[in-house]
Amino acid sequence: MPVVEFRGAEEWVPAFAGTTVKSIVHLFRLGLLALFLFAAPLSAWADGLSEAIAGLGGDSFAAKEKAVIALAKSGEPRAALILQALAGDRLRKAPDGRVVIIDTGRGSAKLTDAATGQPVADLAPEGLDRIIVNNRLRGAIEAALGTLTLFSPDREARLGAAQDALRHHSADTVALLEKSLAAEQDSEIRAAMQRSLAASQLFAGSKEERLAAIRTLGSATDPQVKNLLDEFRYTANIDPDLYKAAGDALAAIDSRLRWIGIGANLFQGISLGSVLLLAAIGLAITFGVMGVINMAHGEMIMTGAYVAFVVQQLFRAFLPPDLLDAYLLVAVPVAFLFAGLLGVLLERCLIRFLYGRPLETLLATWGVSLILQQAVRSMFGSPNKEVANPSWMTGGFDVVGGFMVTWNRLYIIVFCFVVLGALALILNRTRFGLHMRAVTQNRDMAAAMGIPTARVDALTFGLGSGIAGMAGVALSQIGNVSPNLGTLYIVDSFMVVVFGGVGNLMGTLVGALSLGIVNKLLEPYAGAILGKIAVLVAIILFIQRRPRGLFALKGRAADAEA
Amino acid sequence: MVTARLNAGERSPWNARFWTGFVLSGLVLGLLVPLLNRWVAPDSPFAVPDYLVPLLGKYLCYAILALSLDLVWGYAGILSLGHGAFFALGGYCMGMYLMRQIGTRGVYGNAALPDFMVFLQYKELPWFWWGFDHFAYAAAMIMLVPGVFAFVFGWLAFRSRVTGVYLSIITQAMTYALWLAFFRNDMGFGGNNGLTDYKDILGWDVHLPETRLGLYLATVIGLGIAYLLCRFITVSKLGRVLLALRDAESRVRFLGYSTTHAKLFVFTVSAVLAGIAGALYVPQVGIINPSEFSPGNSIEVAIWVSVGGRGTLVGAAIGAVLVNLAKTWLTTAAPEIWLFFLGGLFVLTTLVFPRGIVGVFRQLPWPRRRPGAPLPIEAPIAAEKRI
Repeated sequence: MPVVEFRGAEEWVPAFAGTTVKSIVHLFRLGLLALFLFAAPLSAWADGLSEAIAGLGGDSFAAKEKAVIALAKSGEPRAALILQALAGDRLRKAPDGRVVIIDTGRGSAKLTDAATGQPVADLAPEGLDRIIVNNRLRGAIEAALGTLTLFSPDREARLGAAQDALRHHSADTVALLEKSLAAEQDSEIRAAMQRSLAASQLFAGSKEERLAAIRTLGSATDPQVKNLLDEFRYTANIDPDLYKAAGDALAAIDSRLRWIGIGANLFQGISLGSVLLLAAIGLAITFGVMGVINMAHGEMIMTGAYVAFVVQQLFRAFLPPDLLDAYLLVAVPVAFLFAGLLGVLLERCLIRFLYGRPLETLLATWGVSLILQQAVRSMFGSPNKEVANPSWMTGGFDVVGGFMVTWNRLYIIVFCFVVLGALALILNRTRFGLHMRAVTQNRDMAAAMGIPTARVDALTFGLGSGIAGMAGVALSQIGNVSPNLGTLYIVDSFMVVVFGGVGNLMGTLVGALSLGIVNKLLEPYAGAILGKIAVLVAIILFIQRRPRGLFALKGRAADAEA
Repeated sequence: MVTARLNAGERSPWNARFWTGFVLSGLVLGLLVPLLNRWVAPDSPFAVPDYLVPLLGKYLCYAILALSLDLVWGYAGILSLGHGAFFALGGYCMGMYLMRQIGTRGVYGNAALPDFMVFLQYKELPWFWWGFDHFAYAAAMIMLVPGVFAFVFGWLAFRSRVTGVYLSIITQAMTYALWLAFFRNDMGFGGNNGLTDYKDILGWDVHLPETRLGLYLATVIGLGIAYLLCRFITVSKLGRVLLALRDAESRVRFLGYSTTHAKLFVFTVSAVLAGIAGALYVPQVGIINPSEFSPGNSIEVAIWVSVGGRGTLVGAAIGAVLVNLAKTWLTTAAPEIWLFFLGGLFVLTTLVFPRGIVGVFRQLPWPRRRPGAPLPIEAPIAAEKRI
């Protein structure tokens, strides 16, 4: 879903002494303002900043409003400071007509000449008149501040303003946009400005200008541009050439948007699939090797997420703040060890007594999951815990036209494949992996060949739980950490295992990714919940064809199971 | 290893010992409780206060639900994690009937539509609500909806020989899907809030103590019938086939029995029983909402059966009542403890007392066990090793 963000507005704030910049949102008032502007004498243009500032001290609100508009047109960074002072009731008029900004910081008031920016020493704050604003003027000030953002030194603020100008396009912003475009160096902002300029020209310029504007707009991927062209197509008495050009541009935008939508959903799907894979892979291993369903697997995930929380808190409490970003790197191995130990403990103290009774193992591990949930709830409380992304995982980048890829999801996908690769190495290249595969295929025969099956069981359970713990750390980066975190993912993880087949990394990989992608591709058509239900029903039907999953063991191994 | 050893006396429909127990418990539940409620002064220590009657009724509904799960799990080895869903489906059917009885007494006073539909701007009654004005239709649906649902689901699952934990997980997925579905407002079942604010059932005000006693008695009768039905099935020849396929399904199939049909039959009957339990439950607690579908509820039923002793019908009923008594007491006295307790029960009953209360009781040297009387289950059951 393409999103236009008001990026940068917050960063711009410090430049204006902590006042919130709502102005971007109010840019639309500029249109109204600009009408005044056209009626106003052009002298306000030419005489520049100082005249406009003097106008602020005028007697009528109309005069002040003119001055505000003139300030906005000037494009001077200082103008924003002055307007901010005016809005904050910090602008004063001296008896000699000078306009000064008063800054009543700590104790004594500091006076600055609005026109020159120099400190003023020869005036006392008591002898000054307040410059009063009314609501209409306040609106004008906010709109003016929005325009001035186009000239802000801050890149993000300019970009936001340039994008925002598209929505509030009008013939009157053309001049401003042209002026800002001439000064702009950044290519991304230039593109946004050109688009906004084209939008403004679309309704105002000559036929050639309009055609050019349509061509510019046709290369966009913004749904707003689409609406704009749609609106343009149905204006009365439109030239047939323009009508056709607009139609072509619309079709081009539509097809581009469709592909971007599919791409975005695909990314979301792969992201969900990687999370499911992390959550399900431990389950698939334990199920494959021991034939045991671990209902407490979700709680192992939850434990991992809480480990991430605790490690973060420890870093905050005991280490310098610039090391905080590293907490995640510590949390991953700690979570693996903690959840893994918990898993070994669970296997040694409970599950090994229940081998050969898988249904009872299911119930017993469910009991363990209830106990773990309540234990965490008693220790940490029920409300969600906040686990912050490290700075290198915050934000994201815009791939194309509003298709945002966020760093945290991207890192999780990478992490998931690293884990999968490591696991494949363990299974195929180590002695322990060999033992695990042997026990999976035929437990009795493996035992007869001298493989210590009991130890393999415990370690397998530890490994599966440890991976679940790492999955929990990953989940803490994209969602809430709460005691019932595990229950949110457990049913889906089971579905991955059922779909992909057990004891087989490839099956789990394919199962997780296809479930994730199908879920996300269905979502726009059926809604999140119906999509999920459809997937569940599809799996129930799927096992008709393949009761043992997509990648079922074949040959003798399958016989031993059945 | 086929472990069912039923002697002739146990199987006979005229087993005196069985009928004595049955009639005695029937008298206590169906006669003593109403007597103590209606004809004993409220301040007497023996009195059953009015608030207790629907609570007891609720426990007995759970007992029916536990019986229905025991029938499939204890006797046929199918650990269904979907019985809570069948229970809720029956409950929703009853809830729909009760909603239609409100008529113009709702907040919006709309005779044609229940309140939540007016609120959600429905124009007309959805087709699946048609007919629920009539009790007979609703009663039929209470049995048909869970029954047909279970039949179709069971047919799909058993036909492709999904067994063991695989089946448990699939039934859980079914429950989960229903749970999600009933939370949606567009489903036409009141969404998150469910169906509530009932007024009448069959013309009697549901809030009156007399009506509640009547509902309680209906539950007692329902439990009795359910018990007899389950016993009839389990002591019949079919029951022995079920026990056999629980212990060694492949072998039973090789002997020429259609295990698919046997399992499908008992699964469907059991779902109908669960639906009836849900229907009796709803007017006594006054609400049905999607939380009844939560997967956790379904698993909790298994622990009732497990505590009482699976593979014994009495055990299932006793387990349901005892665990829920503990739940009522603990969730008010020490809510923090409840989940520890419940989790502990799951672990203990599977690890230490796999035969449950009845099993422990029957293993005791006193009262002397007649030779040949069955133990609930012989653990560990060899064939269950197969996934």
